[in-house]
Amino acid sequence: MFQKWKDRVTVTDIVMWMIGGTLLLMCLWGSVSTIRAGLYTKSHWIDFVIFGLAQGSIYSLIATGYTMVYGVLKMINFAHGEVFMSGPFTGYFVATAMWRSDFLDNHPIIAIIAIFAVAMLISTMIAYLVEKIAYRPLRGAPRLIPLITAIGASFFLQYLFRGLYGSGINAYPDVKVLEGFWMILGIRVLKIQAIVIVAAILMMIVLYGFIMSTKVGKAIRAVSEDKEAAALMGIDVDAMISTTFVIGGMAAGAAGVLYALMYKQVHFFMGFIPGLKAFTAAVLGGIGNIPGAMLGGVFLGLIESVAPALFLDGLGIIAPYQLKDAIAFTMLVMILIFRPTGILGERLATKKA
Amino acid sequence: MAMLELRNVHAHYGKIHALKDISITVNKGEIVTLIGGNGAGKSTTLKTISGTLRPSEGKIFLNGEDLGKYPAHEIVTKGIVQVPEGRRVFGQLTVMENLDLGAFTSKDKKRDANNIEKIFQMFPRLAERSKQLAGTLSGGEQQMLAMGRALMADPKILLLDEPSMGLAPVLVDSVFDTIKTLHAQGVTILLVEQNARMALKTASRGYVIQTGKVILEDDAKKLLENEMVKKAYMGD
Ligand SMILES: Nc1ncnc2c1ncn2[C@@H]1O[C@H](COP(=O)(O)OP(=O)(O)OP(=O)(O)O)[C@@H](O)[C@H]1O
Ligand SMILES: [Mg+2]
Repeated sequence: MFQKWKDRVTVTDIVMWMIGGTLLLMCLWGSVSTIRAGLYTKSHWIDFVIFGLAQGSIYSLIATGYTMVYGVLKMINFAHGEVFMSGPFTGYFVATAMWRSDFLDNHPIIAIIAIFAVAMLISTMIAYLVEKIAYRPLRGAPRLIPLITAIGASFFLQYLFRGLYGSGINAYPDVKVLEGFWMILGIRVLKIQAIVIVAAILMMIVLYGFIMSTKVGKAIRAVSEDKEAAALMGIDVDAMISTTFVIGGMAAGAAGVLYALMYKQVHFFMGFIPGLKAFTAAVLGGIGNIPGAMLGGVFLGLIESVAPALFLDGLGIIAPYQLKDAIAFTMLVMILIFRPTGILGERLATKKA
Repeated sequence: MAMLELRNVHAHYGKIHALKDISITVNKGEIVTLIGGNGAGKSTTLKTISGTLRPSEGKIFLNGEDLGKYPAHEIVTKGIVQVPEGRRVFGQLTVMENLDLGAFTSKDKKRDANNIEKIFQMFPRLAERSKQLAGTLSGGEQQMLAMGRALMADPKILLLDEPSMGLAPVLVDSVFDTIKTLHAQGVTILLVEQNARMALKTASRGYVIQTGKVILEDDAKKLLENEMVKKAYMGD
């Protein structure tokens, strides 16, 4: 009995479990002392949660792109963060032009639709071209090769947009109708955050419905499982791969505008961190799994928003909020160690078996 | 004119020369079988017909038309449909979704609904499990699904790659019964098998492939009697 147990558990396992356990204990200890100290009121926590949901639903939208591309090509499209950046960055010029001519304030709804349309179009085009130019010629190459190309494409796009639009941080114009707050069930919710959450959820429902119930959606899932068998069904595999990038690009472009409206700024580097976070979210949810990516995004957004105050404040850390990125990436490492298949990863694990 | 003709086809996997000058014809309404041992090149032959692997030399004709210019997914619309080796159903999709994908190239909803009904009649098991994930089906049920899925495309010529592989004897019989039924309905069939005896009893003509070459071709009856075939492929 003991012998069997000893065979299965290595020293590395024990060390990893100790690190994991320590982190968990620290989180618990931090939470208890934060709550004991009463630094935050109930309304603070509610604010954290709503902000976390808004941030998280943006991650979710981006993460679906990572996870769908992983599904069809079994690669991480590291240029996806730049797909996310390209749309709202272009949309910025449309927004400021409309703001200057007062169109933005007089017809805010039309103006916002126009910004979304331009941003989504640009992001979609970039996603489509990245696949066509950078990945398609390498189909069938060893898996490391397109990964390197992806990183190259990512840098190329960053500096392309830096060259085109400049390296400064550009302030998105204020949209008056999005300012202020609503009272929802007696809770004060910033309008922009409520809109971000609702818009993102609607888009994810549409996206999931498309993948699950349309003919093209089924074909994309078939291509994710077995390209050759899909071709034998008369499915144009390359066209489905392109479609996957187009859908991911649309979602990323929309997420980018929501992000720009919430943070009110765009720059050529803005896709880097959200891109990595969304990648983390996709891994959290189980890469290749669409509901997983959505769940992972929301989960990561919530953790980022709640955890610094909850876990770290009580430990006497001076500026806990500065550590939110550290928390996100610690989670990524922990997930990769303890549950490499992610939250909803079980189905994925059985898939190849 | 033959319905399907492979004329001096060669195929390569990188440096591996898998098919060496293969010539095969299948006439309308025939069942033709391709027998041979492991690694002989049977599956490769079917891949070149379906277009998932391109011949490095030689040509493939359907009713006299060169198929070389068509990508794999368009060859399906020409009426050539393959049930690949190992069934290859989409395990994460339901039985119904698998059948729907079989009709991916079809634009005729009515015909699809008719086909589904026919397939459910032929394989009642599939009807019972239509909402189940295909990955949870048994091997025999997956073979039924793979056949049903191919039939959704209304094949003119059906390529079957070892449909009896890994099935219990009762199920092997039912697979061959299905093949006969389809043939009676007018489907032309190119059947790849390791179970040479059953295949030759079902087919009208046969080809024997060895290391990428056709070494024998004859009427199925004569191949059944052939000493070499008996010894090498029927364990006599
Ligand atoms: N994807 C591939 N890459 C490289 N070589 C391959 C590939 N597929 C098949 N081969 C080789 O081509 C030759 C023919 O293989 P093929 O699969 O056509 O044989 P088969 O007659 O179908 O055998 P089996 O009865 O075992 O299925 C074999 O030597 C095999 O190793
Ligand atoms: Mg084979």
